[in-house]
Amino acid sequence: MGCLESMKHEILMRDTTFKECREYILSHFPEHFVVLPGYKIFEKHLIGVPPLYIAVDGDDVIIPYTKPCYGTFLIRVPDPEMAAELRQKKPK
Amino acid sequence: MPDTKTGPRDALLLLGCPQVPIQTSMALYLASKLRKQGITTVITGNRAARTNIEVADPDRHYIGEVIDIDRCIAQLAEKKRDFHYCFSFIHNDAGLSYAATVKAISPAAQILIIFGEHYQEVASSVDFPAEIIAVNAVHNPMPLKAKIDEVFPWVVSNL
Repeated sequence: MGCLESMKHEILMRDTTFKECREYILSHFPEHFVVLPGYKIFEKHLIGVPPLYIAVDGDDVIIPYTKPCYGTFLIRVPDPEMAAELRQKKPK
Repeated sequence: MPDTKTGPRDALLLLGCPQVPIQTSMALYLASKLRKQGITTVITGNRAARTNIEVADPDRHYIGEVIDIDRCIAQLAEKKRDFHYCFSFIHNDAGLSYAATVKAISPAAQILIIFGEHYQEVASSVDFPAEIIAVNAVHNPMPLKAKIDEVFPWVVSNL
């Protein structure tokens, strides 16, 4: 995940905040996990304010994605392997 | 890597989006002050922020190493590198997210330099231990310079 534009993804929220991402994940995705900032996923270390939530929904992975000039996005990335890996690892 | 870094002191200057004009001048000013104290500085930011810094100091009188922000976060997260201090330049939620990330993955003493027109709102969102310098400064760097001058001796003596 070198660049948001290079990934197949759906933007669920844009120009948002880490708090709004957290609230959205908690209210929309029962299968969610708390990870530490810096957690590596899709070859990228996640940026955020703890507690940092990510989720899986079917074969999709939902993560916050922050860029200094564009703010924070909440994105849905179709990736069955990563979804299965997260279900198995249950990161905390 | 130990919980507290030892050896010669160094500082990470974590830049946000350069859309607020004073960021570049204040980062250079702070780098100069740190250098005079014998503290090595490393500046990180996205390409635009880094380019502003490097163009403003072409002969590198004030700046030292300048690295990409994603690479910097990776090095910190993977415990390949650390710093005594992290000065985070913050004017929006994204900047705060980066600072919180460094706080979570590094034992560096955190100093948050919060500025811009929404400085109060951003400062009120900080919910992790850090020294906070928050000033209403967008185009004129002098209010922030004055605040940094005021707290700098305490920061380098006590953190």
